[in-house]
Amino acid sequence: MKDVFTGKLVRLSAVDPEEMSKAFTRWNRDSEYTRLLMMSAQPLSSAKAIQKWMEKEIEGVSPTNFFFTIRALDENKLLGGLGLNVISWAARESFIAIFIGEREYWGKGCGTDAMNIVLRYAFTELNLQRVSLGVFEYNPRAIRSYEKVGFQHEGRMRKYLNHEGKRWDLLYMGILREEWLQVQNGDKT
Amino acid sequence: MFDIQTQLFEGQDIRFGPIDHEKDPGIESKWTHDSEFMRLMEVDPARPLSAAMLKKQYEKLEKEVEEDKNLYHFMIRSKADDRLIGKAAVQWIEWTNGNGFLRLGIGAAEDRGKGYGTQALQMLLRFAFAELNLFRVSAIVPEYNEGALALSKKFGFMQEVCRRRSLERDGRRWDLFVFGLLSDEWRNQL
Amino acid sequence: MRDLFRGKLVRITAEEPETYAKSEIHWQRDSEFVRLADSDPIQLSSAKKIKEWAEKRFEKGLKPDRYSFTVRTLDEDKLIGFFGLRIDLMHNEALVGIGIGERDFWGKGYGTDMMKLCLQYVFSELCVERVSLGLHEYNARALRSYEKCGFRLEGRTRKDILREGKRYDSLWMGILREEWLQMQNGDPI
Repeated sequence: MKDVFTGKLVRLSAVDPEEMSKAFTRWNRDSEYTRLLMMSAQPLSSAKAIQKWMEKEIEGVSPTNFFFTIRALDENKLLGGLGLNVISWAARESFIAIFIGEREYWGKGCGTDAMNIVLRYAFTELNLQRVSLGVFEYNPRAIRSYEKVGFQHEGRMRKYLNHEGKRWDLLYMGILREEWLQVQNGDKT
Repeated sequence: MFDIQTQLFEGQDIRFGPIDHEKDPGIESKWTHDSEFMRLMEVDPARPLSAAMLKKQYEKLEKEVEEDKNLYHFMIRSKADDRLIGKAAVQWIEWTNGNGFLRLGIGAAEDRGKGYGTQALQMLLRFAFAELNLFRVSAIVPEYNEGALALSKKFGFMQEVCRRRSLERDGRRWDLFVFGLLSDEWRNQL
Repeated sequence: MRDLFRGKLVRITAEEPETYAKSEIHWQRDSEFVRLADSDPIQLSSAKKIKEWAEKRFEKGLKPDRYSFTVRTLDEDKLIGFFGLRIDLMHNEALVGIGIGERDFWGKGYGTDMMKLCLQYVFSELCVERVSLGLHEYNARALRSYEKCGFRLEGRTRKDILREGKRYDSLWMGILREEWLQMQNGDPI
């Protein structure tokens, strides 16, 4: 069985709170980035505060939360991260959130590659039946990436977000185990 | 039309009230021993709870209300005899976006189908839109909860999302719907 | 939807710590019961210790991989026993431990009804793929009951218990989801 955490462009690795918290302080200063990712306004927290929070919430093993960093394969550069949150083990469904903090890596296929790795992990290692996500109407790059990977549109919560005096929808997407298997069977690489 | 003088927490046959830490845990414990109620209310696996567990949950809840400031919780009591009949909440409030999620349940099977849910939802919506000044409210309803589906439609909620096959119960998978109601839509109904 | 918490003879409950402790103290004094249930050396815990244990049980809240239920008879509402489930979330399998502390209720079908209720819960609500259990070779009554519920003998670890100077095997049994579904025989699910 090949390494489950390595893709074509990126690999997933463990979160190191010290390294990640420093990266967060840089990425969080890019308000276009935070508005693509976050539901509500974020304070500009210090690396120290973020590290403390990560050590408490993220480090260590949890039965419901799985956090990873995304690193570029060629230079091992820290690009972003993702979190898989199993909302119901009985239903075998999880939510996923993914972020690429390094702007130069947007639109290069890194997010799609990382998502492919984590879906394989979700369906063949955690044996889940469904993965869900929410994405903002004004994030077409992410929507296209999720569609490419096999997520189906399931609806939108109307006028959910409020930015710059305008309201935006929150889109819901989901992929079922059988749909993911079909995507895999269609792709022989 | 409502104004400042119209009571927010008094309905026709029901009222909203605080938790009674002495009496309520025992009553709610009985509801939790009804698997139908648990499956209508919760997506998590149904399990009965003791009064002792519920006491702890209530304490945690009041702490959350106090600290997180994104939750309002009400016990529903009958006006006639002050009996606890259900619970209601506006939760997961995001103030910058003006959003909240609604939760509502009538505990005992004998108390359902009497219009208490309708009265409670009316009061809850007024609280969310006219007092919390939310822009929209959402509700998550499993496909098999016909009572909640009917109630949502009665109040003009729109079915916005279908999370396909999100739940598994009794050997089959069920969809989970997300309903939404905007404040304009609510106001137009008044 | 069927009533998940009621069988033909018994129902599932959550007891107040004082009530449960009272029964647990009484059951622990029955060395035959404890030796049928456990492999650990039988001990006598004080009433105080048992009360403390009963009170602390759910201090940390409910977990997605642990379920602990008590059981009362339907006709007289008598607290007679318990069953506990440990779920392997990733592999979607449950390990069950079941016991009737009130010896007057042994050999009367209560155990079989309890196990049937437990299997209904674990397959209909927790949606696992298989249920496992272990028992001592000298617990013939339990073996018969489990077989009646559909469990199959899958193996035995030879001579792994030493009691009263004699060595006994431990038996391991399992039931698969499809086997349980077949046993439902057209009962409306």
